[in-house]
Amino acid sequence: MYDFSALYEATSVQNAVELMQAHPSAVLIAGGSDVLIKMREGKLAGTELISLYKLDELREVTMDPDGALRIGPMTSFSHATKSPLLQQYMPVLGEAADTVGGPQLRNIGTLGGNICNGVTSADTASSQVAYDAMLEITGPAGMRKISIHDFYKGVGKVDLQPGELLTAILIPKESYENCYGYYIKYAMRNAMDIATIGCSVNVVLSADKKTIERMRISYGVAGPVPMRARSAEAAVNGQPVSEATIELVGNAVLNDVNPRTSWRASADFRKQIISETARRGLRAAVERAGGVF
Amino acid sequence: MVVGKSVKRVDAIDKVTGKARYTDDLADKSALIVKIYHSTIAHGMVTSIDTSAAEAIPGVVKVLTCFDVPDRPFPTAGHPWSIDPHHQDVADRLLLNKHVRYYGDDVAVVIAEDEVAADQGLRALKVEYEELPFVLDVQEAMKDGAPQLHENFKNNILGRTNYEIGNFEEAIQEPGLVKIEGWYNTPVVQHCHIENHICYAEEQAGKIVIVSSTQIPHIVRRICGQALGLPWGSVRLIKPYIGGGFGNKQDALYEPLCGYCCQMVGGRLVKLDVSREETFISNRVRHAIRYHIVTYARPDGRFVARQMEAYSNQGGYASHGHGICAKGAGAFKQIYVDEKATKVDAYTVFTNLPAAGAMRAYGIPQVSFAIESSVEDAAKVLGIDSIKLREMNMMPVGYVDAFSKNCNYFDSLNQCIAKGKAYLDYDRLHAEYAKQTGPIRRGVGMAIFWYNTAVWPIALEASSCRMLMNQDGSVQLHICETEIGQGADTVFAQMVADTVGIPMEKVHVVSTQDTDITPFGTSAYASRQTYVAGFAIHNIGTQLKNKLLNYASYLTGKPSEEIDIVEGRVVDKSSGELLMSIEELATTALYSTEQAEQFSAEGTTQIKSNAYSFGCGFVEVEVDIPMCKVKLLRMINVHDCGRLINPQLAEAQVHGGMSMAIGYGMGEQLLFDPKTGRPLNNNLLDYKLSTTMDHCDLKAEFVENFEPTSPFGTKALGEPPACPGAPAIRNAILNATGVAVNQTPMTPHILFERFKEEGLL
Amino acid sequence: MEKKLVKCNINGKDVETYVDVRASLTDMLRNDYRLTSVKKGCEVGECGACNVIIDGECYNSCIYLAVWAEGKHIRTLESLLGPNGELSDIQQAFVDEAAVQCGFCTPGFIMTSVEILESGKEYTRDELRKRLSGHLCRCTGYENIINAVENTMKKRLGKA
Repeated sequence: MYDFSALYEATSVQNAVELMQAHPSAVLIAGGSDVLIKMREGKLAGTELISLYKLDELREVTMDPDGALRIGPMTSFSHATKSPLLQQYMPVLGEAADTVGGPQLRNIGTLGGNICNGVTSADTASSQVAYDAMLEITGPAGMRKISIHDFYKGVGKVDLQPGELLTAILIPKESYENCYGYYIKYAMRNAMDIATIGCSVNVVLSADKKTIERMRISYGVAGPVPMRARSAEAAVNGQPVSEATIELVGNAVLNDVNPRTSWRASADFRKQIISETARRGLRAAVERAGGVF
Repeated sequence: MVVGKSVKRVDAIDKVTGKARYTDDLADKSALIVKIYHSTIAHGMVTSIDTSAAEAIPGVVKVLTCFDVPDRPFPTAGHPWSIDPHHQDVADRLLLNKHVRYYGDDVAVVIAEDEVAADQGLRALKVEYEELPFVLDVQEAMKDGAPQLHENFKNNILGRTNYEIGNFEEAIQEPGLVKIEGWYNTPVVQHCHIENHICYAEEQAGKIVIVSSTQIPHIVRRICGQALGLPWGSVRLIKPYIGGGFGNKQDALYEPLCGYCCQMVGGRLVKLDVSREETFISNRVRHAIRYHIVTYARPDGRFVARQMEAYSNQGGYASHGHGICAKGAGAFKQIYVDEKATKVDAYTVFTNLPAAGAMRAYGIPQVSFAIESSVEDAAKVLGIDSIKLREMNMMPVGYVDAFSKNCNYFDSLNQCIAKGKAYLDYDRLHAEYAKQTGPIRRGVGMAIFWYNTAVWPIALEASSCRMLMNQDGSVQLHICETEIGQGADTVFAQMVADTVGIPMEKVHVVSTQDTDITPFGTSAYASRQTYVAGFAIHNIGTQLKNKLLNYASYLTGKPSEEIDIVEGRVVDKSSGELLMSIEELATTALYSTEQAEQFSAEGTTQIKSNAYSFGCGFVEVEVDIPMCKVKLLRMINVHDCGRLINPQLAEAQVHGGMSMAIGYGMGEQLLFDPKTGRPLNNNLLDYKLSTTMDHCDLKAEFVENFEPTSPFGTKALGEPPACPGAPAIRNAILNATGVAVNQTPMTPHILFERFKEEGLL
Repeated sequence: MEKKLVKCNINGKDVETYVDVRASLTDMLRNDYRLTSVKKGCEVGECGACNVIIDGECYNSCIYLAVWAEGKHIRTLESLLGPNGELSDIQQAFVDEAAVQCGFCTPGFIMTSVEILESGKEYTRDELRKRLSGHLCRCTGYENIINAVENTMKKRLGKA
């Protein structure tokens, strides 16, 4: 039995917005795998909840006319993994989703929840960041679109104003076209764990597969929010597919990241893993793109 | 005969259909809910508790605090009681505590109509403390001036074992000896049975009836009587199926407090359901023990003298106390035998951590890690194959321990090692892997262990049982040795069947122990049950069979010596001719108007023996140096636990112990904030219990030397499988990388530090 | 506290009851329907003991609100027995392979096994490990559980 004072079940996006306006202190609950656990710890005890669980219209993965992938934020991790559109155009997102927790959790947890809670360790966030996802946010004033880079405001803080909810995650065509990605989750266990470091790398190779035209690399837990390693990207862009480039990325990412020491891991250890996952992630992404070392 | 056969578990069908009822499944929904307020400091005195806001919450029935409970200290360890006051467990517990000794100590309870109201009540309590300095490190706690946890335990020392065999100082003077020295650390871990501890209590017929998820119903009844100031017979303890125990439930946990809450609400039904977070901290944990081992060996490998210091972290309360550390101290001189001298000094010390108690293999996983690491280190320094070094120094055949009188009758260790070696192709791989370079390397490692069976001569070993025959010739077995998942009920049924001479399906083991019905027994711990209950079942079963034979003799006129009972058939011993079925015999006797008798036998069987159980573990790993990760490739345990009563269940038991050793070696550790003593990872997300994906396939093999002291030829298997895994993994990492890791768990964090120190990163 | 009528299908039967909106699905199944195979081991979705199948997918019912069950098809371990009380193949495999010890994780594991087997696909042992990884067991080392699922899968696929 959970200690909340009321539950309002939204029947539509519009209804959710209205409920949020009517109950400004209420907390949104999507799959519940985050909110209910916090509630059980006593952190949100006595609060009101607005449930988005029945908003099936937010559970689809489709393609917009401009070619952008439109991911309903209520899409569960397992459905993201199974989505034919994602498998075809952005398999790395489904693969990252397939590393979250365990199978049952992947059936209830949602891609939207994974970013809206503002947690740096979110497994699907780094790929969204590495693909320059755009977010569609609906509120009392209508709909606005922002870059995922502007969405994260700090630990546990995202750019959702009162009455607003995330209604779509958009992956622009230029992000996924000819692009091959790879996600490495580094955790203490091989299942049922949160990432010590999450690293998502994607590349576009030249037509002859010998040059990395564009690399994007982003991390979870390398800083307070999921982040791109932009100087490393700049250093790698235009470099040949070579062992030297692999070495380069491993060193370059350290200029971008800012991991902290906590009881979960020391900053030095995280840096070791950040470097190594950059090397391995880039190698795997290049190989997926058809590059040969 | 069914002993020795892999018959299916007697409880398997109930457990795969959901019909097996555990404590919470039996509790009536009307129960009031008890929730515990735990201290939020590591050490101090509770100065006041304002309960008014909590009491005002709708649904809160009663708040009880440390200022309400009787000043009647009681012990909690699941040991047999001793009538000698010097051998009684330390009585250092109160139901709730003003003097809190660890972060998470029990301070107050809220009793409410439902769990939400109880939780709200807890949050509304205002507790004030006078904080005292605290100490978490075992050696710091021994220093003069360290915070003192209990009166009468100077320097926080709860117990000490020290001995010297031979003259150590003299022995090490021998010229040419090689000295090998190391410190080895083991962590605080928790049992993590999937069913948390839970109990409920109600007054019925003037008694407190407590249903509990416990391993030890009769012992818990005694402790509840002591804690509540009740005659022991006024407490009735019922133990249904339990979802694992592993030693945590070999303590009185919250049964006394639950009984007290019941008394304080007029005998109403109250339920105390412990959360996972509480289970980690406010039940029991395994002792973290730090060891210092110094070995003096000749260049040929013979151990001339060894010395071990041990510092065992007891946490805030005595629980099982020094017994765990002392067991390891005893193992040190037995698993390897020094030519001239052995010296041990072992302490158990109170600190402001959760109370440590029994956990699967009672100190041997800890000391095995230290000893088997030290032997591997010695082999490396001496340049000798570590198995050869072991063979040269380990307990020889014919060895008899002066205290336990245990004898190493067979060449068990060598026989086990041979099987393990063959499975891994260890010798070849060990040599090959030692030459590797590069970022990803493989390694093989092994470790041996020693274990006792049961607790004689340290404490009582006795088991009572009752067999009652029904009209159909089937038998009810009442015994207090408990089913806790290991398969006890099944092997008991096998033993009864063979002893009495009836088919196994005619044996009904009464799985639920009820102290009002079940005869006295000390239950599940010390890998004792198959061994000790074996004597009891053999003894009482033989008595029952004799009664059957006598009655058959009365009916047939044949002398009883000429009759036998085989597979439920009463037969002429020499000709095999069927005289009557067992049904016929039992029904005739029960309804006889001449001489009515229900066949029954009952009594206590005391044993004054013990038996060595041996084995080894072998493992192959792959170490990814830049990722600081170890992957298990293959793992095998080989055991000599005597004759296998049920080979399939024995194998399953070994898998479980190996799994626990994997966690112990690679992932599990409870962490505490050094600044506050607050637990950091007391949940199943942050405490890294291994999952299906962290295991390789597990292999179990056996050497079956019939144990001569046991009527069934059996000895310890419950705990031993947890012993060799962690040091075997450690030694495999050493083989792969050349890096010795002297602490468990060998997590990526630790490997990172060690690989950096050794220049691999 | 507010109660709400929840209509759903449990183990093949349409049922309805008023539940406290604060209840988890575990609470509803255990308390209102007495389906006590649904176990509580952590109540935060880490152990898998409360796992049930909802509309064909496995969920930890401890972190699933009871009111969300409206209109869903829910299956628990109690649904697996045949009309005359026969064990299903996967239950029999758990018995035969000694995949059961204390039994507390067993119902959850079996329900995930059902989802795996009903996919009709063949998985490698490593894939099975991954698909079973949402359950913790302290007794078995998982070995015989994986054996039970693997053997049943092969039998169903006609490969054993």
